[in-house]
Amino acid sequence: MGNAVRYLGQGIAYALFAVVVGYFATSPPYRYLGPDEGLLRLSFKHPGKVKADCRRRTPEELARLQPQFRTEMDCPRERSPVRVRVELDERLLYDDVFPPAGLSRDGASSGYRRLPIGAGTHTLRVQVNDDVRVAGFNFERAARVDVKPGQVVLIDFNPEQGGVIIR
Amino acid sequence: MQTRPILAANDALGRAPARGAAARAFRAAERALDRAFGPEANPLRQLGALAFHLFWIVAATGAYLYVFFDTSLAGAYESVEALTAGQWWAGGVMRSVHRYASDAFVLVMLVHLARELAHGRFRGFRWFSWLSGVPLLWLAVAAGVTGYWLVWDELALFLAVATAEWFGWLPGFGAALVRNFLFAEAVSDRFFSLVVFLHIGVPLMLLLGMWVHIQRITRPQTRPEPALGWGTLATLVILSLVRPAVSGAPADLAAAPESVPLDWFYLAGFPLVYEWSPGALWIASGAGTLLLAMLPWLALARRPPAARVDLAQCNGCGRCFADCPYGAVVMAPRTDGKPHGTQALVLPDLCASCGICVGACPSSTPFRRAETLTTGIDLPQLPIGELRARLDDALARLSGEAKVVVFGCDCAADVRSLAGPGVAALSLPCAGMAPPAFLEYALRGGADGVLVTGCPPHDCEYRFGARWTAERLAGGREPRLRANVPQERLCVRWAAAEDLAALGHELAGLRATLALAPAEAGVAPARLRREPETGNG
Repeated sequence: MGNAVRYLGQGIAYALFAVVVGYFATSPPYRYLGPDEGLLRLSFKHPGKVKADCRRRTPEELARLQPQFRTEMDCPRERSPVRVRVELDERLLYDDVFPPAGLSRDGASSGYRRLPIGAGTHTLRVQVNDDVRVAGFNFERAARVDVKPGQVVLIDFNPEQGGVIIR
Repeated sequence: MQTRPILAANDALGRAPARGAAARAFRAAERALDRAFGPEANPLRQLGALAFHLFWIVAATGAYLYVFFDTSLAGAYESVEALTAGQWWAGGVMRSVHRYASDAFVLVMLVHLARELAHGRFRGFRWFSWLSGVPLLWLAVAAGVTGYWLVWDELALFLAVATAEWFGWLPGFGAALVRNFLFAEAVSDRFFSLVVFLHIGVPLMLLLGMWVHIQRITRPQTRPEPALGWGTLATLVILSLVRPAVSGAPADLAAAPESVPLDWFYLAGFPLVYEWSPGALWIASGAGTLLLAMLPWLALARRPPAARVDLAQCNGCGRCFADCPYGAVVMAPRTDGKPHGTQALVLPDLCASCGICVGACPSSTPFRRAETLTTGIDLPQLPIGELRARLDDALARLSGEAKVVVFGCDCAADVRSLAGPGVAALSLPCAGMAPPAFLEYALRGGADGVLVTGCPPHDCEYRFGARWTAERLAGGREPRLRANVPQERLCVRWAAAEDLAALGHELAGLRATLALAPAEAGVAPARLRREPETGNG
């Protein structure tokens, strides 16, 4: 094979290599949302209320315990799961229960959900229960949100900042 | 008269070249690139070396970028933009080469994986190289993803969130992980310090993994042929000038882009977080990794016995140690009380049973008188004595003019199909198993000529079989072919499985030449003798 043909072959191979690398480095784009969609995200991390109140141990109970465990008050560590219910335009999106973390179920509950929603004005209603001793929901917020294409609407929960947060 | 093929038994050991569609496709591509680049600079034959080359390009360009990179939330994006636009002629090119060389690294790695898989080079003694290559896939992706985070544009944010959502599925990480990228107050300068640490640390782990990956081969080629290396770098620079790497819009935690320009070499798995689910992606990627890792044991092939050392014949010369392509022979202190300082020791798990060590052993000469010929290191499935017996048998059956003995290789063109009344064909596990003395023995035993063939040097199944053979026959490597052997009666023609017809033409040409040559010009049969037993050569 003549040198010219060899170099032509090398040129074609290098060009093919460059085209493959150059194209797949950015293409085809991944379509993450529809052209007229925003994104609703629910994310929270919150320790629910403890499931039961502290109580005083009886003398008999104390006697049955090893000496180093004989504390007068018995305070259960297990926390309530956090229940979150989300409605969009009076349509139920989620009604999920997020258990507390930890082997003893004494950690915080955390949850994450994502859902593309159409752009436009929506009514959002979020209800949260973090205490099994309360029937129904002990936190709630409703809001009208104007969602633009590509906008993220975030639902958070923090009792110290007023409970349900929509931003 | 039909010559008895010598290694029919070896077919059952899976040595024959892979014949699947993928293997055929790779061979076709390799041969096409052989014509353009030459076998010595064929990129498909230097994928491992190319990967190392690309790694160093990425490392060098990355070092330059790091000098100008601002590891802060406010400065990360701006510093990358300043590199890209403010000094496009240096930083911009460096950034683009950094990205494209990284992409090429993954491309080369995947082609390397596919090629070894297609050629069946993942089982048996190669299990370690295969298994140690699997984590490199994960490390390469991790190195690339952390690099994309540093730019802190909308793609970086997409990746950060997707990564957190993916890992959030795992116990121990939890759904709260993604909160690190949902609120502006959650992302801080420390995040970029962490990512820089990862983006330097993970590639260092990758380099360590690459080093481990090549531990079971001797003389690993970690640098491509200069022409190929420079050609690859020039291609990346040209690509960088034509299509420079650029950032997207700055990361905005309140926005989700409709689409992102994904780098499919590194980020192909991320859409599956959403198209499937994080859990499904973990299960698929975990199962895929496990399957890849287990492949050497799933694709069972009977492993031929490892080479064995006969201490009575071993003088500790170290030639088998020097020639073994896989480091399966080591030199150990003598255990039999002989005055030689060392002895050869075979590590069976590393042994390919290629027989190159047999060809290297100075005791592997058929001229010795012993009725039962033994040598210092031998293959149990084809001992050197058996090889001589078969050669004697083949020589006795040769008839007609221009009698030729063909020494071939099970992994290359099937020489057994060339056998005929005037042609004896001996197929060995590797051409490198043929000691040069056997060629001389064949000529002294009545053959008019000898044809040596096997895999082409840059495509040798056992890496150095063709190279060592050529050097031994040319007198440049021990054991050398003796100078009194007439070179005109020897022919060396490397031929892959697809080159059988060309090898046949070469054989016909050799026989035509030999038919014209006077017999006395060769090594007279009367001089055939077996030398007295001299111990271990």
